[in-house]
Amino acid sequence: MTPALRCVGLRQKFGDTVAVDGLDLEVERGEVFGLLGPNGAGKTTTIRMITTLLPAPPGAIQVMGRDVARQRTAVRRLIGYVPQQLSADGTLTGRENVALFARLYDVPRAARAAQVAAVLDAMDLTEVADRPSKTYSGGMVRRLELAQALVSAPQLLILDEPTVGLDPVARDGVWDRIASIRAATGMTVLVTTHAMQEADEHCERVALMHRGRIRAQGSPGELKDALGPDATLDDVFRHHTGNALTGDNENGGMRDVRAARRTARRVG
Amino acid sequence: MSALPVAPPAASVETEPGPLAVARTVASRIATTCLVELQKLRHDRTELVTRAIQPALWLLVFGQVFTRIRAIPTGSTPYLDFLAPGILAQSALFIAIFYGIQIIWERDAGVLAKLLVTPTPRIALVGAKAFAAGVRAVAQAVVVLVLALVLGVHLATNPLKIILLVVALLLGSAFFCCLSITIAGLVLSRDRLMGIGQAITMPLFFASNALYPVQLMPGWLQVINHVNPLSYEVDALRGLLVGTSARLLLDFGVLLASAAVMIAVASALLPRLARG
Repeated sequence: MTPALRCVGLRQKFGDTVAVDGLDLEVERGEVFGLLGPNGAGKTTTIRMITTLLPAPPGAIQVMGRDVARQRTAVRRLIGYVPQQLSADGTLTGRENVALFARLYDVPRAARAAQVAAVLDAMDLTEVADRPSKTYSGGMVRRLELAQALVSAPQLLILDEPTVGLDPVARDGVWDRIASIRAATGMTVLVTTHAMQEADEHCERVALMHRGRIRAQGSPGELKDALGPDATLDDVFRHHTGNALTGDNENGGMRDVRAARRTARRVG
Repeated sequence: MSALPVAPPAASVETEPGPLAVARTVASRIATTCLVELQKLRHDRTELVTRAIQPALWLLVFGQVFTRIRAIPTGSTPYLDFLAPGILAQSALFIAIFYGIQIIWERDAGVLAKLLVTPTPRIALVGAKAFAAGVRAVAQAVVVLVLALVLGVHLATNPLKIILLVVALLLGSAFFCCLSITIAGLVLSRDRLMGIGQAITMPLFFASNALYPVQLMPGWLQVINHVNPLSYEVDALRGLLVGTSARLLLDFGVLLASAAVMIAVASALLPRLARG
């Protein structure tokens, strides 16, 4: 069976800046895979290429065996995407927000209402579904966005920094929902984060990314064991990159930082 | 927890859509976005009220004063009747021209990325935005028309003419909305777009037949008037609403062609906007 995601020699340059530099990556079907790295590591650029937002050369990225460059529409139907920013429309109710994406993914009219209700229920939002989403807390908005991404029954769910700016309770709420989605559907989940502890707890395999390249990959346990008995994932990252997790924003990290700050402001 | 939706069978996602499927998608996305725009208007009507202030002032102050002083010759048509369709087109222009700012906000908030990841052709996304601007313009038009009726403007009530009026507003708004998205795709920043939006809106308005007949314009302004789609929109609205002589075929032809071209141009720039 082909992997859920395969990237081969992926490259992306912005002017003279190399954002992604020969990235090779394979995500197996049904796993929760973490793409880790500091701001400016190239995670978001990689995600943008996988989700068709940035062009990729033919053969460089395959999602469920489909070439992202040649079968763009087919790939989009297979993907559910939650961007880093809190992007639900505050004017619309939770139900209207999800119904919009059901229509954009061509969920048949006969099944639409039931499907919207099912994903809202799965995200524990049924009681507030008919309230404007601007009245939701940051954690609720994140769950609403998960509902938007899930309403089309994607095979690959891509989450870009899903817990940035959330308090610990809301963060746990988001990860609990991701775990239950995975258990219920067997969906593959690709998540980017620079929160090493979260990745350690919730991802089955991770790839450590720095300056556009994968520096190490494997299960968190394997990576920690390879370094030493009491090593943490933070230690593993420092070992492979020689850098702290923050502060290395030279390679185009300004945009990521801005986006993270904007999200943090919106969730309060 | 309710049963989550199950992924579709692989066969249904294999092929890239042909032209017919793309056309169906465009129509479906336009309908969806117009519905969402109506939902937003239903939840928050304050914008309808605040946006009505400026056209109200034009009709109440400018219209009434210039009707009394008879400074602008409009033949047998009272000046307020002549002015009302121009103000209608102006209020639609003001709504549409700032859609570029909205799309930059959507880019910054991650909404645009989320929309672009859906199986929706770029042209459908832009077309949907264009018609959403039209829906807002039509909602605004209802307010302006009621105000015009209150002020004693003689308006046509023929249903066919009303339908054509809605079409003219939709096409005009589509053009200016896509012009704004095109500029957004070029300048990429909200601040720059706000400056350009303000810089072009009034010249577009004054270089049209909205306030005065073309014959009163100096030669150079008449040339600009002839390439300004707002003039064709005003001409159509005036012909339909107050019965002045209008070249409706030409007006609708120009509006349709300019909206189609601008939707295509804005669609081509959308990926640049998403990357920017």
